[in-house]
Amino acid sequence: SDALSNNEHLSSPRAVNVDLQTDATLQVDISDALSERDKVKFTVHTKSTLPNFKQNEFSVVRQHEEFIWLHDSFVENEEYAGYIIPPSPPRPDFDASREKLQKLGEGEGSMTKEEFTKMKQELEAEYLAIFKKTVAMHEVFLCRVAAHPVLRKDLNFHVFLEYNQDLSVRGKNKKEKLEDFFKNVVKSADGVLVAGVKDVDDFFEHEKTFLLEYHNRVKDSSAKSDRMIRSHKSAADDINRIASTHSPLPLLFSNSQKIEARVAADEDLKLADLLKYYLRESQAAKDLLYRRGRALVDYENANKALDKARAKNKDVLQAETTQQVCCQKFEKISESAKQELIDFKTRRVAAFRKNLVELAELELKHAKGNLQLLQSCLGVLKGDT
Amino acid sequence: MFLSRLRLPSSEIQSTLTCNGQSAMSGGCGRNPPPFPDNEDQEAELDTQVLDSDDDDDEGEDIFTGARSKPITPTSAPDEGDIFSEEGSYVRSDVHHATNGLHSDEELDLFTEATVELTLTNTTSQGRREIIGPTASACNTTRVPNSILKPSIVTKTMEELEEEESGDQFELNIAVTNPEKIGDGMNAYMSYKVSTQTTLPMFLNKTFSVRRRFSDFLGLYEKISAKHSLLGCIIPPPPQKSVVGMTKVKVGKEDSSSAEFVEKRRAALERYLQRVVAHPSLLQDPDVREFLERDELPRAVNTQALSGPGLLKMINRASDAVNKMTIKMNESDNWFESKLQEVENEEQLLRRLHAAVDSLVNHRKELCSNTVVFSKSVAMLGSVEENSALSRALSQLAEVEDKMEQLHQQQAFSDFFILAELLADYVRLLGAVRCCFEQRMKVWQRLQEAQSTLQKKREAEAKLLWANKPEKLQQAKDDINEWESKVSQYERDFERVTCTVRKEMLRFEKEKARDFKQHIVKYLESLLHTQHRLVKCWEAFLPEAKAIA
Repeated sequence: SDALSNNEHLSSPRAVNVDLQTDATLQVDISDALSERDKVKFTVHTKSTLPNFKQNEFSVVRQHEEFIWLHDSFVENEEYAGYIIPPSPPRPDFDASREKLQKLGEGEGSMTKEEFTKMKQELEAEYLAIFKKTVAMHEVFLCRVAAHPVLRKDLNFHVFLEYNQDLSVRGKNKKEKLEDFFKNVVKSADGVLVAGVKDVDDFFEHEKTFLLEYHNRVKDSSAKSDRMIRSHKSAADDINRIASTHSPLPLLFSNSQKIEARVAADEDLKLADLLKYYLRESQAAKDLLYRRGRALVDYENANKALDKARAKNKDVLQAETTQQVCCQKFEKISESAKQELIDFKTRRVAAFRKNLVELAELELKHAKGNLQLLQSCLGVLKGDT
Repeated sequence: MFLSRLRLPSSEIQSTLTCNGQSAMSGGCGRNPPPFPDNEDQEAELDTQVLDSDDDDDEGEDIFTGARSKPITPTSAPDEGDIFSEEGSYVRSDVHHATNGLHSDEELDLFTEATVELTLTNTTSQGRREIIGPTASACNTTRVPNSILKPSIVTKTMEELEEEESGDQFELNIAVTNPEKIGDGMNAYMSYKVSTQTTLPMFLNKTFSVRRRFSDFLGLYEKISAKHSLLGCIIPPPPQKSVVGMTKVKVGKEDSSSAEFVEKRRAALERYLQRVVAHPSLLQDPDVREFLERDELPRAVNTQALSGPGLLKMINRASDAVNKMTIKMNESDNWFESKLQEVENEEQLLRRLHAAVDSLVNHRKELCSNTVVFSKSVAMLGSVEENSALSRALSQLAEVEDKMEQLHQQQAFSDFFILAELLADYVRLLGAVRCCFEQRMKVWQRLQEAQSTLQKKREAEAKLLWANKPEKLQQAKDDINEWESKVSQYERDFERVTCTVRKEMLRFEKEKARDFKQHIVKYLESLLHTQHRLVKCWEAFLPEAKAIA
């Protein structure tokens, strides 16, 4: 039996990871979410004064695959080559939590009803935390799109928000996934090639170097924070187990265990998620630079081809057209890319500030709470002779 | 009569009153405190301090930890000669901890003292025996490994003051320290210094120490066990042998795990001795005295049987045997039957808890190493970051995480030494308790067998009478007499064992309650300390985070 009642509803706005300006013309949020056996259904709620929409306020239900479809459509759209495409939200993953609950269910016979109930509550709280997180990630994605001056006008985005039927977006089948895989291989190889080309523009050259290193460092920190937090959670689970055992160690772990588990969860939300998010953002920024670099290379190649054509006086017109197209593409990208990268920096600093401050405040709050608890426990124990 | 109890040495009391909460441990605070005003009449035996770091000595560590011991249970062992006739008295110490966890972290005080007070009373003296009721629960000092918290104030109640006037107090402190590796290679062994400080007249000196090795402790157990377990006493089990641990040490692997192993063993040996001397009858045993006093002990042989798995097997075999017995005992046994069941249940529970605490210790250690790695990674990230305020904040964060790692480390240490070892000790102690119950059953069984033999002899006599064989009659009558006296002997034995086991159980339960409470308090204090440090860390970080722009 699935110990989780599988129908977790969430219906209030959550703290958004990143500071975004919202304006009345278009506001998007996830007002509700339902976790069913294998999938999560998000209720996407929109408020808008834009003429494009039939109503001023409306909601639709979307699943994770539809978010991915939307994201991919941005990436594949040449018009948006010059923008940092907001990273897609990660797939909802309740596997670990489910596994724990299952193990608990199996072990039900070996513990008292009280112990079982307590542990079940803890695991359910954990499940809820993961659930909230995935909802937040999906919401952030939509808000980023809605806040972007160009992307918010995208037709697919409007369909996503408004069309109240299933978008019939299926996940990629094996063949498509394989294609994707090869595409990525080619892209990375190309990326290396392109990155090797020195840029005339100092700003972009600097950004290239910086982003490469930054991305690698964030990747490292993200992986390590995950591991750290996993150990912390394991320790908290142990404490939970000890506390749930009806034992001659009274008062020892009863409430402090909940606090310890919560501290681990908060670290998770603040620090690890922050790093994970910026891992994906910095990748998106790198992708932008790649596209620009690609366009630059294409432009330079087109120039060379044009020179050659002129020299041979053969297919000159064609070469000119190609060269112009490449030039326009390149310049268009460059123009927006610069601003995008500057915005990225600002966003990054703001997000880190917000999260680090909140992290510190939470840690303090819990430590102080824990202190009080310990002091009162000690008071009881010592006073009681 | 022999009583033992727990008491805070007055030096600690004194030092806390004069040194403003400074640790009594950290040397130099009034070693010879003036006696309490109420005790002016008492003899100089009230010499209750903790020894200074010894002559041959240890890096400034105080070597005395008291034996945490026993609640007051009047033992009625009439055969023990009443060597002493003084009245007992005791001090109850209500230790109040300053929750000022901000002591210097660098102090590594491994010991806090507590003393075992062995007080001797005469059963006939004014019936004072009854007064010594269960009071020992309040004492709560002892070892605070790696911790900074010190007990500060001691208060006494009116009764205690009254009691104090009435008699002398004797005490016995034992510490096991200075592990030293003797020899090389596979024949090497660890030698430990066993130091005793006592005011008991039965010892030759007031302060003395000897060197002992692990097999000596096992040998002591064997001797004690042989003599006292038959009487139904609960014999504290010695620490377990560990082939892996010792081999690493022998081979000379100088890493933290073998250092940890040695420390774990040293602490376990100390607790073992403290429990032994806290037991009133065991303390009287000359073997115990010899163990503490005599310079050279003959090598204990046959300790293989007492190695960890061996001992456990022995205990389990005994309990199997008991389970197979279909003894119908008389109704006073309800107490015994239900107690035994309680003991078995508790043992299971403690095993589970111990496994969980063990797991916790391992996860914390894992957390430590992951935190260090993470801290370095964040520092690198900070160095790449362009925004200077953010860069600074990130390197601050790296430092905070580094400090967290230290805290986790300390916490793991506490988890282990305070909790896990306590639980492990009690799992084994409960096994010893079961042995004690089994002993009683054996005595009962012997009685049964004697009774049935007597019955047979009587029947044989009757047969002879009927068959009219007068020459064998005398023999039969002699047999009957012999078995009659055996039966009455065994009946007396059974009575005595029953009585002893009951008393032992009571003593054990009190001791266990006290022990657990004490350890929990210590553990909570260590948690408290950790939380304080944590608060400081993050409070320092917060402004840096806010300064990001």
